[in-house]
Amino acid sequence: MNSPRLLKDRIFSLLMQGLTIASCLVLVLIFICLLVKSSPLLISKPLGELLFSTNFRPLKGEFGFLAFIIGTLLVTGIALIIAVPLSLLAAVFLSEYTSGFILKAMKSLIDVLSGIPSVIYGLWGILVIVPLIKETIWLLFRKSVSGYSILAGGIVLSLMIIPVILHVSIEVLQYVSRDLREAALSLGATKWETIKHVVLRKGSPGIIAGIVLGLSRAFGETMAVMMVCGNVARIPGSLLDPGYPLPALIANNYGEMLSVPLYDSALLFAAFILFLIVVVFNIISRVILLKVERSIQ
Amino acid sequence: MGLRNIELRKLEEIIFKILMIVATVIITGSLAFIIVIIIVKGLPAMKLSMITQLPKGGFYIGKEGGILNAIAGSLMVAGGATLLSIIISIPVVLYINIYRKKRSRLANLTRFSFDVLWGVPSIVYGAFGFTVMLAFGIKASLLGGIIAIGFLELPIMSRAVDEVVRMVPSELKEATYSLGATKLETSYKVIVRQTFSGIVTATLIAFGRGIGDAAAVIFTAGYSDYIPDSLSQPAATLPLAIFFQMGTPFPEVQERAYASAFILTLIILVISITSRIIAVKITKHTIK
Repeated sequence: MNSPRLLKDRIFSLLMQGLTIASCLVLVLIFICLLVKSSPLLISKPLGELLFSTNFRPLKGEFGFLAFIIGTLLVTGIALIIAVPLSLLAAVFLSEYTSGFILKAMKSLIDVLSGIPSVIYGLWGILVIVPLIKETIWLLFRKSVSGYSILAGGIVLSLMIIPVILHVSIEVLQYVSRDLREAALSLGATKWETIKHVVLRKGSPGIIAGIVLGLSRAFGETMAVMMVCGNVARIPGSLLDPGYPLPALIANNYGEMLSVPLYDSALLFAAFILFLIVVVFNIISRVILLKVERSIQ
Repeated sequence: MGLRNIELRKLEEIIFKILMIVATVIITGSLAFIIVIIIVKGLPAMKLSMITQLPKGGFYIGKEGGILNAIAGSLMVAGGATLLSIIISIPVVLYINIYRKKRSRLANLTRFSFDVLWGVPSIVYGAFGFTVMLAFGIKASLLGGIIAIGFLELPIMSRAVDEVVRMVPSELKEATYSLGATKLETSYKVIVRQTFSGIVTATLIAFGRGIGDAAAVIFTAGYSDYIPDSLSQPAATLPLAIFFQMGTPFPEVQERAYASAFILTLIILVISITSRIIAVKITKHTIK
């Protein structure tokens, strides 16, 4: 027996086990940290007022998050309305009607583009989308708007989540077995009918999971949205009004938060809301994807 | 469906096919458009002084200087964070793949929690990093940025390394065990070597994500016109430099934002293309 080697193995095994368990606990740690930090606010204000009031005046000690919550929901909603149909159509096209080189090249392109930082998307939004909205509205309605709006935020955001939805959808569609397609084709279905009735139906849980992943990405996206959506803490009356999503609220006020009582607690509460929603969405979509994966193996 | 006219059914297919092609073109077109705009706007604004000089007095109202502080700061923050995430993720991945059965409960739980962590928004990592810093009395600094970005990179790194380590055939492990190697020796002498290019790819991917992130460093790394010379000094980062320059009302400074964006995009593209080339190489040389 070579005991120093075994001892070394034993020690490292314990260390590695410790690290593994610690990294499983990071989620719990974030949860506890954010909850503890937002507790001063949660103790001093009723939850209903925090979530359903639009009065956000930190200096007067009023913290109603409704305008920010609605801002987040609207921007995310617009992004989904644009991104989902586009990504689904493109995913079906790429996985069913192309193959080999084109598919591979497109997949790489999507993956490269999903690595582009959100600040760059934001900059592009300022340079392209904001002026585009401004000029279109002027041409159509002779009304002057700044262009910095929830619509601009939603459009920029949709481009950021398309790679996510597209990536998952292509993977899922390719998992659908050849036998099923061939069975449908042999019954006389056209290729499109096979896709519509068989492939998409079979792939729908996975596609939904992909959409939920995109949704949670959109929820927490900060910089790009913050750069184009105007950041006015009011409930937007139309698509062309500015909005103020939660992540932007956190990022914009980091400087002054320590000097106003409860303000830091309020911002960390906003982070806590984001964290909870995103984690729940992620868990749902991951569970669906795991099930899809198992049903294939 | 047999009752329906075959021509009608074909027409439906053609219409949908056109829609699909349009969608694909819109997506690729607009994504490519982003890169094009960054090049068209950024390239003319590029000057050598941008990458060789620190901001000088009046830089933010359009006077002389460059963004060397942000380039160096970003490399330091992302570099440190990547190192941190390697130190944590490699042992974890080896543990769940070598010491435990690949499908054990702990292994699955670890993978699952990394998947969920992957989705946590970077602003939340920033806020979390900030609370950790407060608890330890750390001010906005290079160290703070490294901690926050390190947490952000950890799930990316771990899942990418796990993908390659999981693919190592069990015969290879068994062969080394039969030669009398311990699990630890198998791990670092065989598995790490076998998957080395995969680990390099994962490192590059994580680094790329770290260097592009702004929301996590806004609280934690702060901003400074100088290159930090210790962990406790604040560090400027490229994404924040772009954000701040864009926020000024001066066209000269906004030009600099375009140039900075060009530099950042170039760094990201080089990293991501390099990692792709290495990834292609892995599949060529690994034993299957």
